[in-house]
Amino acid sequence: MTLPPRAEPTVAELLEGFAERRVGALARAISWVEDGEEFAGELLDSLYEQTGNAWRTGLTGPPGAGKSTLSDVLVRYWAEKGSQAALIAVDPSSPFTGGALLGDRVRMDQALADAGVYVRSMANRGSLGGMSLATGAAADLCDAFGFPEIILETVGVGQAEVDIMAAVDVAVVVLTPQSGDGIQAMKAGLMEVGDLFVVNKADCAGADRLKHEIESILDLRQTPGPMPEVVTCSAKLGDGIQDVAIAIERRRKVMTESGFLETRRNTRALARIRRLLEGGLRAEIWSHAQMEGKAKAALADGARPDAIAAQLLNEVLKKVNVCDE
Amino acid sequence: MSKRLRILVAKPGLDGHDRGAKVVAASLRDRGFEVIYTGLHRTPIQIVDAAEQEDVDVIGLSILSGSHMELLPRVRRLLVERGLDHVLLVAGGIIPVADAVVLETDGYAKIFGPGTATGAIADYLEAQFAS
Repeated sequence: MTLPPRAEPTVAELLEGFAERRVGALARAISWVEDGEEFAGELLDSLYEQTGNAWRTGLTGPPGAGKSTLSDVLVRYWAEKGSQAALIAVDPSSPFTGGALLGDRVRMDQALADAGVYVRSMANRGSLGGMSLATGAAADLCDAFGFPEIILETVGVGQAEVDIMAAVDVAVVVLTPQSGDGIQAMKAGLMEVGDLFVVNKADCAGADRLKHEIESILDLRQTPGPMPEVVTCSAKLGDGIQDVAIAIERRRKVMTESGFLETRRNTRALARIRRLLEGGLRAEIWSHAQMEGKAKAALADGARPDAIAAQLLNEVLKKVNVCDE
Repeated sequence: MSKRLRILVAKPGLDGHDRGAKVVAASLRDRGFEVIYTGLHRTPIQIVDAAEQEDVDVIGLSILSGSHMELLPRVRRLLVERGLDHVLLVAGGIIPVADAVVLETDGYAKIFGPGTATGAIADYLEAQFAS
C-alpha cells in the first residue's frame, strides 16, 4: 500500500484553519515551527498580532514530582470554569538517537479530550534548560488560536534549568516532601525562578516541614518581583487543587497591579531571542562536518582541548562576523 | 531543527496488556522516532483526537483482546472522516492472518503479528518514509 502524498498546506490555508479554529491547523503549525519549515516564520508573523491574550503558566520541577498530574487537574479546573486550556508537555530527546518517548498522555484524564483541551507532546530535541527551542513559538500559536490558558510543562529538571522563565507569566515549581534535602542545594537556580511553589504529594509525611523550609529560603531571596507563595496539595487525590489555582490567579493579580507582569513579559521576549540565537548558532556550528574533523585532527596532533576550542571559536566568529567594528 | 517522524502508539479498547506496546515504543525511540504513547483503554475517538493534536505521521495500534475487527476499522473510518488519511496506519498483536489480510486491504499498511522481530517495525517505517 502506498500513502497518498501529504499535501502540505499553504500559509493562507493554515491561517484560515486558525480563523475557523480547526485543531488540525494548530497541530500542523506547531510541527512547522518544530521542524523549522520554510514558511513557519511567515505564519508566525501573520499571527503575531493575535498573541498576548493568553495566560502562560509553567510547571517545572524534578522528575516524578507530579507535574503531569498537576497540569492535568489544573486544565480540568480551568475547563470547568469555562477557560479552555492548551497543554504543551516537553520530554527529553535521546542525545544519542534523537528519538523520544513522550508519555504525558498516559497520565491524562481522558475526559479532558471532550472538554476541548488541546494537548501537545514535544521532545526537547537536544535543547537544554527544560524546554525545546520551539516551545515558545508553540505557545504563541496556541495563544493566537484563542486558548485563554496555556500550560507549559518542562522536562523533569534538576537545579539549573531555568529557561521556563523565558516562556511564561507565572512559573510554578513543583516539589514533593521527598525533595527535602535537595532544597538546600537548590537555593540557586530553580528556587530563584519560581513565582509559586507547590509541595505536591502532601498526603505523604513532611509536606508542612518542607513548606516552611522553602519559605525560609525565599525570605533570603534577592530576585526582583513580589514574594512567591508556597502551597501544598495532593494532585492525585485532588486535595488542594483549588488552592493552587487560586494562588496562580492571585499571583497574576499581584504581578499585573505592581507592573511586574510587563517587566516579566519584556524580559521573556529578550530571553527568548537569546535562546534562539544561541541554539541556532550551536546547530550551525555542528552542521559543518569539518568542525568535528578539525577538532579531532588537532587532538591527534596533541593540542590542548581548551586551546583547540578557542582556536575554532575564533574561526567561527570570523565567519559570522559578529566582531565589533 | 530538522524533521523527526512522529508516531502515536495506542492501545484501543479493553485490553490491559501493554508490554508489547511499550517494547515497540522503546525500540522506535531507539531508532530515532518521537513516540507518543497514549496509555491503556483508549476509544477510537480518543486515538484519532490524539493523532490530530499531535500531528503524527504514523499510528501504531496494539491490540490483544480479539476485538480488532471491530476497533481497527473504526479508527480507520474516523481518520478518513477527519481528513487524516495521510497518516500511515499499522497494527500489531494477536491478529489472525485471515483478519490481517482483510485489514491490509482496507486502510492498514501493515499488520505485525506475534514473532515479529523488534527492529522489523522500525525498518518497515523507515522504508516507507525514505523518499
